[in-house]
Amino acid sequence: MTRTVVHATGLTKRYGSFTAVDAVNFSLEENRIYGLLGRNGAGKTTIMQMLTGQLFPDAGELDVFGREPAEHADVLRRMCFIAESQRYPEDFTPAHVFKAAPWFFENWDAAFAEQLVADFRLPLKRRIKKLSRGQLSAVGVIVGLASRAPLTFFDEPYLGLDAVARHIFYDRLLEDYAEHPRTIVLSTHLIDEVANLLEHVILIDQGRILFDRDADELRGSATTVAGPRAAVESFVADRPVIGREGLGGLASATIDGRLDQADRIRAAEAGLELAPVSLQQLIIHLTGTDLRADSTEQEVAA
Amino acid sequence: MDDSRPIFIQIAEQVENDIIDGSLPEGGQIPSTNEFAAFLRVNPATALKGVTRLVDDGIVEKRRGIGMFVTIGARERLVERRRAGFATEYLRPLIIEAEKLGIGIDELAGMLRAERIES
Repeated sequence: MTRTVVHATGLTKRYGSFTAVDAVNFSLEENRIYGLLGRNGAGKTTIMQMLTGQLFPDAGELDVFGREPAEHADVLRRMCFIAESQRYPEDFTPAHVFKAAPWFFENWDAAFAEQLVADFRLPLKRRIKKLSRGQLSAVGVIVGLASRAPLTFFDEPYLGLDAVARHIFYDRLLEDYAEHPRTIVLSTHLIDEVANLLEHVILIDQGRILFDRDADELRGSATTVAGPRAAVESFVADRPVIGREGLGGLASATIDGRLDQADRIRAAEAGLELAPVSLQQLIIHLTGTDLRADSTEQEVAA
Repeated sequence: MDDSRPIFIQIAEQVENDIIDGSLPEGGQIPSTNEFAAFLRVNPATALKGVTRLVDDGIVEKRRGIGMFVTIGARERLVERRRAGFATEYLRPLIIEAEKLGIGIDELAGMLRAERIES
């Protein structure tokens, strides 16, 4: 039933001696919401630029809607890419942007765009360079939503948007996605805010994929164990530890892997507290180099 | 929607709780997948998984073109299942904490009775 809309094999991009994207393999299935997550400079934007035909890969194979994206109008027409800082022609107003949008996006819904303009209280006639940072982001978010492109990318779409505006974005995205399913790739640092919207998460670090898993699987896939140092150490002894902290005789360790009921009882009997690890905390543990170096060391020692 | 278990399980449990406490009567209609998704701000695929779980368990049934409804006998089955898990989920942690504080079983029983009269 599900169709693959993107298929990348060995996808690589180098800038001189720096490898921004290092032979990654992944697929995007039709009509799912993906989170493309990772730290600054991890390679997320580079990947999205290759998928949308803005950059040529140096190696590997890339298939988007059945063919290479670059310079294929039929593929490009089905995609919408909202960049962090979209540039618009000098003297453009939001009204101009929304008027031009249907030339590029065949599914453009002008009524939906109008509703979003009202939701975000966007001044239509003000010149774009006079807009606030948040209003500029709102222009991008509106284009991304109202274009209803079969493959839509939001690359840090909401710089400067306040909490209310971000929740409007999440609500409208979910409502519209339910009515008009499409493939959406959301790249953001506000991981906790979007965690529940995502069906699938791809985590990039230093140009490589750290994991590519269903969001449901990730939930509860790590647990922080806290309590007396000796009890913590004996509990985590034979488990993969991805983070450690300590204060005097107290310690906490974050372990990768699900705990079953017997584990929980054993932890309670040992006087240990168990706390779930959010997606954001998990990613901090996995991509924070200091912590990772630390835990590898300790694992080697153990 | 904040504990460590998958969200679809939490969604299914919320519906089960509503059935157990009677706010969702047997034969009553449950919200659609998209309504769950919008209300809880979760991915519709996640909400669908939660509802599918209820269908697989025979707690709700699909009536084509109309929606999802609580099956007859759902409440009794849910109560039975919850009772089976009551000891490990509630009593076990209670006893562990009680032992830690030096509260014996008889004292604990007394406390339970007193609590019950108060509430």
